[in-house]
Amino acid sequence: MNRRPVSPRLPTRRLLRVWQRNWLVYRQTWLISFLPPLLEPCFYLLAFGIGLAQMVGPVISSAGTISYTAFIAPALVAINIMQSAFFETTYASFVRMYYQKTFAAMLATPLTLEEIITGEILWGATKAVIGSALMLIVISCFGLFHFPSALLLLPAALLGGLAFACAGMVFTAIVPAIETFNLPVFLFITPMFLFSGTFFPLDNLPAWAQFVAQLLPLTHVVELCRAAGLGHPLPATAPALAYLTLWCLILFPLALIAMRRRLIH
Amino acid sequence: MIVATSLRKAFGKLRAVDDITFSVSPGECFGILGPNGAGKTTTIRMLFGFTPKSAGRLQLFGLDIDQHLRQVKARIGVCPQENNLDPDLSVRQNLEMYARYFDIPPPLARRRADQLLSFIALEHRQNARIGELSGGMLRRLVLARALINEPELLILDEPTTGLDPQSRHQLWNRVEALKARGLTVLLTTHYMDEAARLCDRLMIVDQGKILVEGTPLQLIHDHVGAEIIEVASPNADLRAFVDRSGTPYEDLGHRLIIYASGGAEYYHTLSREFCQSGCMLRPATLEDVFLRLTGRELRE
Repeated sequence: MNRRPVSPRLPTRRLLRVWQRNWLVYRQTWLISFLPPLLEPCFYLLAFGIGLAQMVGPVISSAGTISYTAFIAPALVAINIMQSAFFETTYASFVRMYYQKTFAAMLATPLTLEEIITGEILWGATKAVIGSALMLIVISCFGLFHFPSALLLLPAALLGGLAFACAGMVFTAIVPAIETFNLPVFLFITPMFLFSGTFFPLDNLPAWAQFVAQLLPLTHVVELCRAAGLGHPLPATAPALAYLTLWCLILFPLALIAMRRRLIH
Repeated sequence: MIVATSLRKAFGKLRAVDDITFSVSPGECFGILGPNGAGKTTTIRMLFGFTPKSAGRLQLFGLDIDQHLRQVKARIGVCPQENNLDPDLSVRQNLEMYARYFDIPPPLARRRADQLLSFIALEHRQNARIGELSGGMLRRLVLARALINEPELLILDEPTTGLDPQSRHQLWNRVEALKARGLTVLLTTHYMDEAARLCDRLMIVDQGKILVEGTPLQLIHDHVGAEIIEVASPNADLRAFVDRSGTPYEDLGHRLIIYASGGAEYYHTLSREFCQSGCMLRPATLEDVFLRLTGRELRE
């Protein structure tokens, strides 16, 4: 059976149309969409900053000594980047693909599958950026960020958002049903949430666990966010940048290939 | 408009579409009829690249689909079998957003949405959510959406399946209005009355192959003749008579379908001699052709 390419494989700027569709829907419910990134950091900062910080005292790490609240503040942004991008290209994209047949409807227009998927991934990253911007405002009100370097959280959110959006899309391409997402959430997202230098320094872990943590993308997003939020020297973030770029370079084409295998028969 | 040459689609060992060749001329309404699983939808999906073909050649508007898929898709309007309207958007937004997928600029998209909303008589529901519409309204909106790019070819995949009679006629009226404007239409359907009413020419496919092709009238004439005699609960004498006369017929056990091209005289003899009641002479329809060619057993 010969399978000649039947569509241009490389996405063009038309992918923005897919992004626009999601942006249109998002704007209609912006009030609800804005609430989690505005409220979540408040909850965490109150719980950890007032409740827990008194018990743990200041955090002493290679970068210096800071309050526990200041330590976790950038990590909250990193966690939000992971969750908004990952949940967008898993649950939300799956609903559009599987239940609403939105991708099928788009495929009858000049859009290609690659443009649809890339538009969705870009949208997932966009949600990470929007969430980060909102959290940036809230956390700055607590005086926990260093300016202007904290503005670098936004490009960090774009890169981290792309990384998790690509990962989510790969899962969306392979899960048989929406319930299956429990698996990557439980085995991939939750451990990262806890063990990526988010709520305690990685130095506290045994050497092997530190090594494993270095393999996880959230560790590197946390690294970037902490450097941006606390004004650490930027050259030290080069490994994290390199890791996340490489991650995207591998997972983005993988998401496109896996989606084509799933949807085009 | 469409030239398909030895078009094939194989899923593993199964040939859903098995080397079919057909063409559709501009301004024509061409129907693809066939039982479930005959390959109708697969054929249609290959036409707009949703399903890549396994072999053969496919040209639309003189363009080869392998090299020009995007240009071809820009000139086709697709009305799919299932209503894949966007439930996150309103009626009007469904049209305007779809126009944007075709890169139609927003002011023009708005104008076309205005025209189409009036064409499908849904202006009063333009801000409604998709979930609030009835089945007939949904189908009309899917039709309007397929017209947003002013296509040269309209593909209708079972446009009226599951609709009430009023909604079916509403939809037919609109398809006829589009035909009158010279739009080329490709249609699949399970309903023979729909095909007979809308199609200038059609083909009946089964198991991925074309059985026959022609105009509805010509197909009726060639394959069943002008008239049919149906006999409910035929007795033995009648069976013997029909057998002797050499007229082709089908025996369904409790019912005989007699392809009596001879017409009136044969019917008079039959009803006078053998039928007390339950004999009926009626004009042959496309449905007779369809059942005669594809058989009467269930396809599931």
